[in-house]
Amino acid sequence: MSNYVQLLLSGIAVGSLYALIAIGYTMVYGILRLINFAHGDMFMMAGFFLIYIAAIPNMPIWGALLLTIALTVLLGFLIERCAYKPLRSAPRMSVMISAIGVSYLLQNFATYFTGGLAQAYPAIPLISNKIEIFGVSTKLITVITPILTIILVVALVLFIKYTKIGMAMRAVSKDFETSQLMGIKINRVISMTFIIGSFLAAIGSIMYFSYYEQVSPTIGAMPGLKAFVAAVFGGIGSIPGAVIGAYLIGICENIIKSFPAIADLSNAFTFVLLIIILILKPNGLFGEKLSEKV
Amino acid sequence: MKKNTKIIASLILAAALLGLLIFIDNSELKSSMLSTCLQKGAIYALVAVSMNLLNGFTGLFSLGQAGFMLIGAYTYAILTIPVASRASVYQYFDGGVVQFAIPVLPAILIAGLMAAVFAALIGLPVLKLKSDYLAIATLGFAEIIRAVIQWQQVAPLTNGSNMLRAFPTYSSILFPFIISGICIAAIILLIRSSYGRAFKAIREDEIAAEAMGINMFKHKMMSFVISSFFAGVGGALLAMFQSSVQAKGFTSAMTYEILLIVVIGGIGSITGSIIASFLFVSSMEWWLRFLDETQFIGDFEVPLLGTGFRMVVFSVVIMIIVLFWRRGIMGNKEFSWDGIFKFFKDPFGIVSKIKAKGAVKKNG
Repeated sequence: MSNYVQLLLSGIAVGSLYALIAIGYTMVYGILRLINFAHGDMFMMAGFFLIYIAAIPNMPIWGALLLTIALTVLLGFLIERCAYKPLRSAPRMSVMISAIGVSYLLQNFATYFTGGLAQAYPAIPLISNKIEIFGVSTKLITVITPILTIILVVALVLFIKYTKIGMAMRAVSKDFETSQLMGIKINRVISMTFIIGSFLAAIGSIMYFSYYEQVSPTIGAMPGLKAFVAAVFGGIGSIPGAVIGAYLIGICENIIKSFPAIADLSNAFTFVLLIIILILKPNGLFGEKLSEKV
Repeated sequence: MKKNTKIIASLILAAALLGLLIFIDNSELKSSMLSTCLQKGAIYALVAVSMNLLNGFTGLFSLGQAGFMLIGAYTYAILTIPVASRASVYQYFDGGVVQFAIPVLPAILIAGLMAAVFAALIGLPVLKLKSDYLAIATLGFAEIIRAVIQWQQVAPLTNGSNMLRAFPTYSSILFPFIISGICIAAIILLIRSSYGRAFKAIREDEIAAEAMGINMFKHKMMSFVISSFFAGVGGALLAMFQSSVQAKGFTSAMTYEILLIVVIGGIGSITGSIIASFLFVSSMEWWLRFLDETQFIGDFEVPLLGTGFRMVVFSVVIMIIVLFWRRGIMGNKEFSWDGIFKFFKDPFGIVSKIKAKGAVKKNG
């Protein structure tokens, strides 16, 4: 029994982390129709930011956390301005190639800067403490993560529904050109999307690495891809869909990992799920039907 | 230029290259950086051209190349490890299940065919997807292959996550050039055939191509399977070049590198991909090496230099090309003597620009 509780708890925790990353993917795709391949690497960079900032003498941990989030947001903003904005009128594939280039750059930069070795993540007081629930000992982070994720998602949905810039985001994702004609400042909306996405990636990164305790330059790729699968599963562009997809992947993955015979295949499972969903329901669970115009 | 002159020029160029390779092969340069870059460049050229066939000529944005290379490399390695060496290679799995070895050339062919069979299977569902969904599905497929090969249950066949080694490699550096050359020639012939024209039609406009009576699915599948075949052959060559092969090396980063080669060379240009892969491999492995070591100019230590800095500079250069020079080296044109001739008459259009300015002044 306690074994199942353990599985479910870690599944939900991992799922929440995927959800935080997946939102960044799904919002950017909704607006720019771009798979932001660099998003997983942003997540990795946020991990390294905290390691280096926390190593500064006399730096309080809350200061380090705030600074990490600020730097990640700045990085996301700059990537959009430097690598995606110049290609606004280029074919979509060029932007995607640019995103792949950014991902390559970030990984190489991190390898250079850190010497390519995995580094230990600093323990954050309180959330790294051990607690016991249902007779299972776990880190407090496993419980905090889902709660925080739900709060952030609800806040985000409300933000998109009730604020002016949220309305602009919805308009731009419906129709890029028309919303531009209606006087929406498109660049501001896109920047805002990247800022929100990076913010959530930074939070996700803090949680993820507190859980796994190690950061290496290529660690962002796999969670990034899985979060993207979650976004596709839920219907790309839909925030609740991405969250549900992320929980499903997180829980299934942990269940698969618990069977020794197929534990090696837990990564493959995610992509099998992706291919199945793309065949059966290419628009995902909550995706809008897009019709191609001739 | 006359046609005969062009043919003679091409023959002279080919003979010069062949002579150079034979010279390198027989001198102490054989184990130098130059020779390493040439071999790896030839292999990457084949893989880049096969990716270009798919991405540049058929307009299918696929990111599965590393997966097909992995299939090719493993098929080749599994089939050719000498029976005597199997016990030591498969030391954890009682010598593995395969207890025969076949000669090198059939093994390379089977490596390609194996990749093609997998491509046909995966193509059935994923080729119906559009642009970026296709990209992500093929990328996912490559990850599935990588995970399955490392799976403990199939380890008696694939050696799990352990390395495969001791298979025969080539002794002359001409070998990868000959195989790559034959394969690239086959791709060029394909692109020039009516199938190739159908591929290009699909690239330009799927709906219009279908309206013209091109069987969309059949041609997409054909392009996908053929491209994967050559990626598989490229994987086998890469295994021979490295003299050992391990699944964890064939990550999506490898696909990205090949894609970047295609982009640098120009999407839709075979010669562009070939030139770019030699440039890419040489600058990555060789020309930028000095950035990884501490350098002094007089007594001044150049800052920033250190292990890994080469790759940072390299990726910045790639970003600049992707952002500001989107056509790449060749655009969608091919190498031609006319092009070279024109270039020397009017490099970068400078001469014609000056002339045009003069013309305006005269009129004014």
